[in-house]
Amino acid sequence: MIRYITRRLVFAVPTLIAISFTIFALLDLAPSDPTGQLPLTIPPEVRAQIRESLGLDEPFPVRYAKWMRQFFVNEPLNLIERAFDVEIGDSDSRTRVISYATRSPVVDIIAERIPQTLWVIGLSYVVGILIALPIGIVSAYRQYSWFDQVGTFVSMVGFSVPTFFTGLLAIILFSVMLEWLPSIYDTTHRVTDLGSFWVQIKQIFMPVMVLAFYNAAQLARFMRSSVLDNLGLDYVRTARAKGMRERTVLFVHVLRNSMIPVVTMIALGVPAIFGGAIITEQIFRVNGLGQLLIVAIQGADIPMVQTLTFLFAVLIVGFNLVADVLYGILDPRIRYD
Amino acid sequence: MAEHYDAPPQEHRSPWMDVWLAFRNHTGALVGVGVFSFMVLAVLVGPFLHGVDPQYLDILTRNAGVSWTHPLGTDNLGRDVLAQMLAGGRVSLAVGFTAMLLSLVFGTAVGVLAGYFKRVDGLLMRTTDLFLALPLLPLLLVIIMLFRDTLRLAFGPETGIFLLIVFVIGITSWMQTARIVRGEVLAIKEREFVTAARGIGTRERRIVVRHVLPNVMSPIMVSATLGIANAIITESALSFLGLGFPPDFPTWGRLLFDGANFISITPARVIWPGLAISLTVLSVNYIGDGLRDALDPRLRGT
Amino acid sequence: MTRGRAVSRRRTLTIVLAATVLAACGPDKAAPNESLASEVENRHVNVLYWQAVSTMNPYLSGGTKDVEAASLVIEPLANYDDKGEMVPVLAAEIPTRENGGVADDMTSITWTLKRDVVWADGTPFTARDVVFTGEYCLHEEIGCSADASFTDVQILEALDDHRVRLTFSVAKPVPYGPFVGAITPIIQYEQFKDCTGIRAPECTAENFGPVGTGPFKVDEFRANDVISFSANELFRESGKPWMKTVTLKGGGDAASSARAVLETGEYDYAWNLQVEPEILDQMATAGKGEVVMAFGTNVERLVVNQTNADAGFGPERRSLLLEGTNPHPFLADPVVRRALSLAIDRRLLVEAGYGPSGRVTCNIVPAPPSYASTANERCRKPDADEANRILDEAGWIPGADGVRSKGGIRLSILYQTSTNSVRQGTQALVKQMWQQIGVETELRNIDGGVFFGSDPASPDTFQKFYADVQMYTSNFQGADPEFYMAAWVCEEAPDPGNQWLGTNVARGCSAEFDGLAERLAATPYGDERFEIAKRMNDIVVQNHFLIPLVWRASTSARSMSLKGVRMNPWDSELWNIEDWHR
Repeated sequence: MIRYITRRLVFAVPTLIAISFTIFALLDLAPSDPTGQLPLTIPPEVRAQIRESLGLDEPFPVRYAKWMRQFFVNEPLNLIERAFDVEIGDSDSRTRVISYATRSPVVDIIAERIPQTLWVIGLSYVVGILIALPIGIVSAYRQYSWFDQVGTFVSMVGFSVPTFFTGLLAIILFSVMLEWLPSIYDTTHRVTDLGSFWVQIKQIFMPVMVLAFYNAAQLARFMRSSVLDNLGLDYVRTARAKGMRERTVLFVHVLRNSMIPVVTMIALGVPAIFGGAIITEQIFRVNGLGQLLIVAIQGADIPMVQTLTFLFAVLIVGFNLVADVLYGILDPRIRYD
Repeated sequence: MAEHYDAPPQEHRSPWMDVWLAFRNHTGALVGVGVFSFMVLAVLVGPFLHGVDPQYLDILTRNAGVSWTHPLGTDNLGRDVLAQMLAGGRVSLAVGFTAMLLSLVFGTAVGVLAGYFKRVDGLLMRTTDLFLALPLLPLLLVIIMLFRDTLRLAFGPETGIFLLIVFVIGITSWMQTARIVRGEVLAIKEREFVTAARGIGTRERRIVVRHVLPNVMSPIMVSATLGIANAIITESALSFLGLGFPPDFPTWGRLLFDGANFISITPARVIWPGLAISLTVLSVNYIGDGLRDALDPRLRGT
Repeated sequence: MTRGRAVSRRRTLTIVLAATVLAACGPDKAAPNESLASEVENRHVNVLYWQAVSTMNPYLSGGTKDVEAASLVIEPLANYDDKGEMVPVLAAEIPTRENGGVADDMTSITWTLKRDVVWADGTPFTARDVVFTGEYCLHEEIGCSADASFTDVQILEALDDHRVRLTFSVAKPVPYGPFVGAITPIIQYEQFKDCTGIRAPECTAENFGPVGTGPFKVDEFRANDVISFSANELFRESGKPWMKTVTLKGGGDAASSARAVLETGEYDYAWNLQVEPEILDQMATAGKGEVVMAFGTNVERLVVNQTNADAGFGPERRSLLLEGTNPHPFLADPVVRRALSLAIDRRLLVEAGYGPSGRVTCNIVPAPPSYASTANERCRKPDADEANRILDEAGWIPGADGVRSKGGIRLSILYQTSTNSVRQGTQALVKQMWQQIGVETELRNIDGGVFFGSDPASPDTFQKFYADVQMYTSNFQGADPEFYMAAWVCEEAPDPGNQWLGTNVARGCSAEFDGLAERLAATPYGDERFEIAKRMNDIVVQNHFLIPLVWRASTSARSMSLKGVRMNPWDSELWNIEDWHR
């Protein structure tokens, strides 16, 4: 197993470099333009100057090499300098990855956004899993019972109605009609006492639930089908025949063997937490990483998009490795070497 | 039925007949087929029964409620909502199905190959990682920029865009299926029946088709159901970006999106498209359930 | 198992909901320092911009949101009030030829600054800051977004601590480009002296928190998210600003911004609400806020391509003027263009897409009143019959499918615009109106970031114009249209020679227009100038190179409790935030 993990980690380096190159090429090809959102009163010559000052006139390989150097050399050095309060080399002349839109270091903005994204999106993910797993298991165990039917219906509706709609519905119900919850998330809110903690709960409730509902729907379906598959297998009959308690059969044997697709889904989902939830963040103005990414894409803020998607790629590669390792633990018959 | 299965399998009946007989017994699946056929029929025949032009703007009857001429009311430009639902359904169902099939076939193929053949696993899975990592929006913008005009010239505006959309959705949504299928295949290929088949010298291709594929049907079916909903919604996101069908071309996803802000004024504009999408997904889900049960030889007898 | 889980979930939900209700009632129970808390809240204003602010340095961005956010902190010498008239801000008075501020040959202007103005850090504001600001923007490597305001500026000099003279390389009849309006505010020399040229973007702390002379100062800046401001105690007008703190939040979309002010009342002010009128009306019935609007110079227009945009052509021919050798197959025919304009019922477009925030206009320059022509009012009355008649007369005959054609050329139009629900509604309406005169229309919408971008490699920019007709809104800065109209001279047609950056997007040419544009640049402010500008407007409109559709207001919303908002379409909407009160 250790050998397998080492091999995968070594192999991840060329993979990530290939991914970073592909993303850069893609962003370079894309027709959106950083001056596209400026008012039309700014004349074209000035736009050309702005593009030039952003370095967009330089050839593609030069810009890619620059980003590579800034991201893989300058940013880590800067991080070390800040963490240990030392100075390495000529840190003033080292350029960092600078956003086109804000003209400030991309990494700082990302760091600023991580807490709220983790809070809202992460929490919704946890809630989603907590809702989905029991529903999936019970639905399968009591297949075609009323619980299963209702669960199926709700999760299918949950998945087929997009979050831009459920979010709006929640706002109209809870903010406009009932006036219980705020529709705009205050990212500057600090939890200091019970009262402010309560405010935090109120403002986080809608985005978390809307997203959790959507995620849970998907996960519950996979869980259900996987448990169903396993319930029909011979080992379950054997276990029952041996007089094992139903609880043990279900939770020890069936559950463990049914986790493979669920582990895959969760592993695919964790990077997505960091990718943020673009639509939900927009609706409730959570302004986390998802909103950062979408604004950057719309404004063709290439350094920002490149950095965000690359960090995202690192997480994807990493968590897919985690999933593969987990497969081996869940089912010892799976061998990789 | 039970007595029928107690009898030893009869030689002359094809396995597909077995599947059909089992499927017929699945109430949910039959209801699913019923609802789904009704929807397909409605969008195919409906426009002839309700002869209102979905594009016609009757500006004097904007945001109208239910009436005889407009059974589901009108939108903010006076277009008939029912006519738009019917016209939009054709596109949405067509796009949803084709795109789902494309992504399903592709995802399953990648997943099975990667899971079963260790030699290609690394390469295929890293490609999957790459696709998962690509930012969707710029990717779409690039694809559209590169191919829109070429396809428009070759196939005309509507077919060209249809092909493009199906391709775009297919190419950006297969990864999840691929990873899930691969995970299952990894586990299944170590099971006794597969090792046994290998032991008696069965050819690899046959093992994959006869033994591995049927056992990963459940996650594939779930992916299929979720895939349709995903394709219908993604299509609306595409038109919002100006990458989909022309703006005067209704689809369910687009109707839902455009109607969302009018929810307090004309709720019909969001209820119907939302319901249509949900019903499609639900019925496909039940059909999938029935198919899976019918295809599974173990469940078929019980 | 099943039942237990369901019940406990329901109970949890009930508890959460009940607790929420209690919390909602909470404020009724008097807290010890309630009056203090409510006073703090009363003097706080929540502003919502659905486009989030990226930076507080407008010279590095130019986006309207950034310029307007910065206007709370840094100020120009003069700005435009809600009537479009210049009022001094940091200047003692507006320089004119009468008071000797503008030289008789119109090549220089001398600004006299207010005395005793201090920056928020307590240091005095002087002429050096003004000169520095000009040099900062004119630096070659900075890519200054306000560069156009400094066109033809040759010398910038401080005559003494309170007088600044700008000398132009040509005579400027209207020399109020630099330092007038929110796009060219004065930044502090002390703070920015090490941030010029290529170093400008590296000064993050400075760009996010400029020291200013304005009513507020930045407490916390979160890029693309939210800004917290507090009152500048050293603001030159005593007793102002009335508000002690401001939160400027960004993100979301226009409709939900409107909802936060009009329906839920969480916010006090929401910016730029282009939403269908019935949605705003419906939200306003909640009675928590009202829509405020003001008409500036924004005109939604159709641009009619005078060159052939055939997709079969390669990049060396498509949509290129080529000295008039590549005319559009049918839009080059003035009769067709006139018919297209005649068929449009502008009143319907206003009613469906704009409501009170739009007016029918027949002019491309609808304001200020002295520049607005009155010669084109006939367009207010659509006349499809007349359109059909002139098309018949010109030999465009309807075919079996109802589409007119002549000599094998069908009147089939590709009509593009940016993605925006109101624009797509207008597109659909216009398509139907054109159908009635036998013109077939294919609609296309393009993402705004692509359409309005200027990437020379992109085929979908409004400047490339690979379509027959396109629609967008434009306006001009300040209250004089000289620069705006000069954009439509023949030689400004976009082509590879100017990297597709030409501004005459319709690619229409008129020798008379080009001559008038030259005269306008040399004619001082007065009746003659107005007449020339009106004639230029008439040429463009009567040739139907540009077909004006709707005169659009700047539209925002304020809560009922917020007083003192004076909507300003000529400058920053937040121009008088120091006067906002409850």
